[in-house]
Amino acid sequence: MTAPDNSSGSNATPRSTREAATLEFRGATKRYPGQEAAAVDGLSLTVPAGEILVLVGPSGCGKTTAMRMVNRMIEITEGDILLDERSVRDRAPAELRREIGYVIQQIGLFPHMTIADNVAVVPRLLGWERDRIDARVKELLELVSLGEGTGERYPSQLSGGQRQRVGVARALAADPPLMLMDEPFGAIDPINRERLQNEFLRLQGELRKTIVFVTHDIDEAIKMGDKIAVLRTGGRLAQYASPAELLMYPADEFIEDFVGADRALKRLALQRVRDIDLWRAATVRVGEPIEEARRKIADADIDMPLLVDEHGRPEGWLSERGMTGERVRAELRSRAEPTVELDDVLRDALADLIESEVHYSPVVDAEGCVAGVLSLEVISQTLQIPPDQVRTGPDLVAPGDEAVAGSEAPSR
Amino acid sequence: MSALALPLAQLEIRSRTGGTCVSEDGFCPGWIVDNLDRYVQPLLEHIYLTVISVAVGFAISFALALLAHRSGWLTAPVTALTSVLYTIPSIALFLILVPVTGLTALTAIIALVAYTQVFLFRNIINGLVNVPEETKDAARGMGLTDRQVLWRVEMPLAVPEILAGLRIATTSTVNLATLAFFAGAGGLGAQIFQDITFRSNVVVAGGLAILLAALFDLIFLGGQRVATPWRRAAAT
Repeated sequence: MTAPDNSSGSNATPRSTREAATLEFRGATKRYPGQEAAAVDGLSLTVPAGEILVLVGPSGCGKTTAMRMVNRMIEITEGDILLDERSVRDRAPAELRREIGYVIQQIGLFPHMTIADNVAVVPRLLGWERDRIDARVKELLELVSLGEGTGERYPSQLSGGQRQRVGVARALAADPPLMLMDEPFGAIDPINRERLQNEFLRLQGELRKTIVFVTHDIDEAIKMGDKIAVLRTGGRLAQYASPAELLMYPADEFIEDFVGADRALKRLALQRVRDIDLWRAATVRVGEPIEEARRKIADADIDMPLLVDEHGRPEGWLSERGMTGERVRAELRSRAEPTVELDDVLRDALADLIESEVHYSPVVDAEGCVAGVLSLEVISQTLQIPPDQVRTGPDLVAPGDEAVAGSEAPSR
Repeated sequence: MSALALPLAQLEIRSRTGGTCVSEDGFCPGWIVDNLDRYVQPLLEHIYLTVISVAVGFAISFALALLAHRSGWLTAPVTALTSVLYTIPSIALFLILVPVTGLTALTAIIALVAYTQVFLFRNIINGLVNVPEETKDAARGMGLTDRQVLWRVEMPLAVPEILAGLRIATTSTVNLATLAFFAGAGGLGAQIFQDITFRSNVVVAGGLAILLAALFDLIFLGGQRVATPWRRAAAT
């Protein structure tokens, strides 16, 4: 599978010109001499081009070993790994590695080189022209939201989050068709980790690289992965599935335990309000004929009329008294609170409902107009939908996260 | 044995008559100013011994360290050997070598080179070993060959420790070279020994040795500042 021109993304942005690669593990096995058990045992799976594979599992499950076999940092004992249908064993390790982006938890920036020189390492190895390298470095530092002047500084002058961004920029420098990332956000504090995860997902939305991402954190796996491979001790594949599938149909008790008791809630974190079938609301306006209002109620999924203003913004739930007489009157049973937005992640919306002690609440679009009603019932129905029919958004990056890039104070 | 006695002979460098500062073994600025040119030749010999010994010592220890770094197992035996060498009393070593290489600068240099190894080898190998594992892992993972990892990552990061080794080795060599006259190699030590009871002589010759050591140290310090801008950046 070469995927000739499937990505409008690579045409739209000059940043990524090379097509992502497909990656196939074919019975890949690692045995260390003198050890009974294999570190990785017959791992077979295929990662389509442009997707993020997350390798996750308890410590000692061989997830990092599996990742490091891809760029031959660890040699395969049996089986094979194919990059765009070509065995990695047929290629010289150093040359192979220059085509594969590499990010590790400790980042491993070169302390004696400036940030610009760090980013330029692989392009220099590949013998790029100086002008091309300079332009690429500038572009990449912008891409990962590092400000002007960062290029001349040294790694010791940056904060952990900034160093991590440099690590990603350095791995992307030669525009590799595949990236390996070993717990890249593991050493970052939780707040900045979330920020970096979101930034990275947005970046991936543009670049569409094939990525092997190693983590021990199931929440991170669910958030980052297009596909998740759960490994168990002894390096055996326990389950290979999409995040929704994994949460809905854990293959066995081990996966169930590993995914956690709150897997239903985790699954809600995969979807936005706009991704599910909401209740239709009966939206009525003051002065509207009662007959018309009653007809709307009959058509709606909820028999509680919702009073809206002239723009369609919710005012509150209409009481029985508001529905008496000829026309709708402004008699509210309760205010329309909380309101949920279409872009809210389902788990957050559920939290809002629970916190406000209501069973349902109006959903509004970006203009604030009523788009439907979200209820506890709707959410629980959503959890019944088979995972292959679960609609998830193109990304789960909250819009509010965008402005914060690079705002941490550098360490001194 | 008469050949050995020659460099140790006490020579007359001053008048011992009349109750002057000079005849009373005092510290006499006037005499010092008049006799400064006596110290030029010994000082040059001393510089020569130090520079050649440290340079040759560095070349040998650098090669040994590269070998040991690659092999892994050589480090411990070489470290042990350099320590043993260092425990040999310097005068003994000079005298052991004289029958082989004669009363020459070469004899002194061989011994001085041997004494530099303990500082140079240890610091070079430590500098290489102390490069963080993740830095090397990242380098290899990005596609640097072993040779590129060594010269572009490990060696530059080892520079501060290597220079620290050179500083100690040089200071130590300046010090030990004051005994090089036992091997017939001259130097400031010979000058001191020519009139060891005369305070002016001892102070000037000894002071020059101290100044020389300090000067070399300053040169290496300056070199370190120029060679490792990234370390200064870390401090700001």
